[in-house]
Amino acid sequence: MKEAFTAQMFGVYGFGLLETLYMVIVSTFISYIIGLPIGVLLVCTDKNGITPVPWLNASVGFVVNIMRSIPFIILLVLVSPVTRAITGTTIGSTATIVPLVFSAAPYISRVVEQSLKEVDDGVIEAATSMGASPMQIITKVLLPESKPSLILGAALATITIIGYTAMAGFVGGGGLGTIAVNYGYYRYRTGIMIVTVVIIVALVQAFQELGLYLSSRFDRRK
Amino acid sequence: MSELIKINHLGKIFKTASGDIVALEDINLSIREGEIFGIIGLSGAGKSTLVRCINFLERLTSGTVFFDGKELNSLSEKELRLVRRRMGMIFQQFNLLAQRSALDNVTFPLEISGVSRDKAKEKAMSLLDVVGLADRASSYPSQLSGGQKQRVAIARSLACDPKVLLCDEATSALDPTTTRQILDLIAKINREMGITVVIITHEMKVIEQICDRVAIIDRSRIAELGDVSEIFTRPKSDIARQLIFPGGRLPDNFEGSSRIRIIFDGKSSFEPVIANMVLECSAPVNIMFADTRDIGGKAVGQMVLQLPESEQERKRILAWLDLNKVNWNYEEDGGEETT
Ligand SMILES: Nc1ncnc2c1ncn2[C@@H]1O[C@H](COP(=O)(O)OP(=O)(O)O)[C@@H](O)[C@H]1O
Ligand SMILES: [Mg+2]
Repeated sequence: MKEAFTAQMFGVYGFGLLETLYMVIVSTFISYIIGLPIGVLLVCTDKNGITPVPWLNASVGFVVNIMRSIPFIILLVLVSPVTRAITGTTIGSTATIVPLVFSAAPYISRVVEQSLKEVDDGVIEAATSMGASPMQIITKVLLPESKPSLILGAALATITIIGYTAMAGFVGGGGLGTIAVNYGYYRYRTGIMIVTVVIIVALVQAFQELGLYLSSRFDRRK
Repeated sequence: MSELIKINHLGKIFKTASGDIVALEDINLSIREGEIFGIIGLSGAGKSTLVRCINFLERLTSGTVFFDGKELNSLSEKELRLVRRRMGMIFQQFNLLAQRSALDNVTFPLEISGVSRDKAKEKAMSLLDVVGLADRASSYPSQLSGGQKQRVAIARSLACDPKVLLCDEATSALDPTTTRQILDLIAKINREMGITVVIITHEMKVIEQICDRVAIIDRSRIAELGDVSEIFTRPKSDIARQLIFPGGRLPDNFEGSSRIRIIFDGKSSFEPVIANMVLECSAPVNIMFADTRDIGGKAVGQMVLQLPESEQERKRILAWLDLNKVNWNYEEDGGEETT
């Protein structure tokens, strides 16, 4: 157990944590750039949305569902040609960001869709009656009114991505997951594995708490 | 008075999975500039659909709507948005933006029409003052009572200087006292700012308190339309009687054969009439039913009297009523016996 707490190992954990944070933050960010507009599109083009386009809604929804039903670990292998084309490699933390985005963006689009759907139809109707355009309804009603829910959704998405990075560690994805696998699984250093797991759990907890705090901080409904 | 809103042969059909729903059929209405126009009907009659057709939140299936001389059917979405700014709307559930303060709710319509932030704030403050909530400008909707929320909504609906204020069940979520205050505020806005008001409601007392004219909607059609005091005095349709005398208090249910109905049409005050009649004819009567009220300062309503047994006393009473120009007629089933 002692081997888990050497100065050298602390360096390893620290580097692993930074790598994990790097993957999580960058891929969450990119996934939102893609997933948020898709979520907005799903809400607006719904048959009860502000600009109904049923065929578009159905096609985008279909693609999102397919992407979401592929397990991450399989997606990781499936998109490896794309990963190589973008990053030049398929291992390491930067390479892992590509499958992470493929997996998280569709997920995030559904999380965003769910949040936006919580906005009361009456409020949207009121905005329409005041002469708001669809774009104004999106930017001034849908997004701001669902801010607390969007923040909670972002925490949830981040936590899911943390879980994926740990999985990616199994195939050389880098970060804490790789440390856990390399030391704990291949070299039977259980202590080291436990420490990395504890760090991952703490990370999840921290994002969850941060999400809850920010969400209630920005919520004016109470 | 010129017409602000004119509706011709309006029809609206909702196409749903379970078939077509006819929400409105051949509606013809004109709402005059400056009046308070009521639209009353039971739940599901089509009132909300009608008001949503006025600002084109709902596309018509047939017919035309004119607003301020413009035919709305022919306008593009963009032009419609500009027209909607001239029509304020308030709702039963207030529909305020929960994440914005009272002040920012009022600036919202100004923001979307491109007014600068400073100007919008200034205007919003003055409107919050009009509705009596200047001191709650920084409160959020969750911190306000129902009546206060509706006041913010009213201020918001006035932000773009509308020509008309559309109120869809605006007081239906409020208690009677608050209802009265909100209606007073709407009447004040109508009077002082010259804004035409359309009031949608299922409650006759709302119509009674502030409307000049009323249309009664029953099963997608207009059943009756006219001055409020006229309809209260002489309801012609079943639905009108049902709305004026709700809850099965219909006079036809009374027993007895020699009954007359007295109609107060606003020219007389009713209490001394009955008192004087009883005194001067020295004959007792039974008041079987009375529904009389004060509408716009005039006494209107109806009363059903059971006449005494004695033929002589009856004649005396009827002669007295004629002499005093009181409007009366026999109740249906008692009519023949007394002639
Ligand atoms: N969007 C809609 N789709 C289908 N039916 C509707 C829709 N809106 C209203 N209706 C139907 O139209 C009729 C009139 O509704 P509404 O105008 O809301 O009545 P009111 O406001 O008088 O209670 C009802 O039968 C209602 O079910
Ligand atoms: Mg309604």
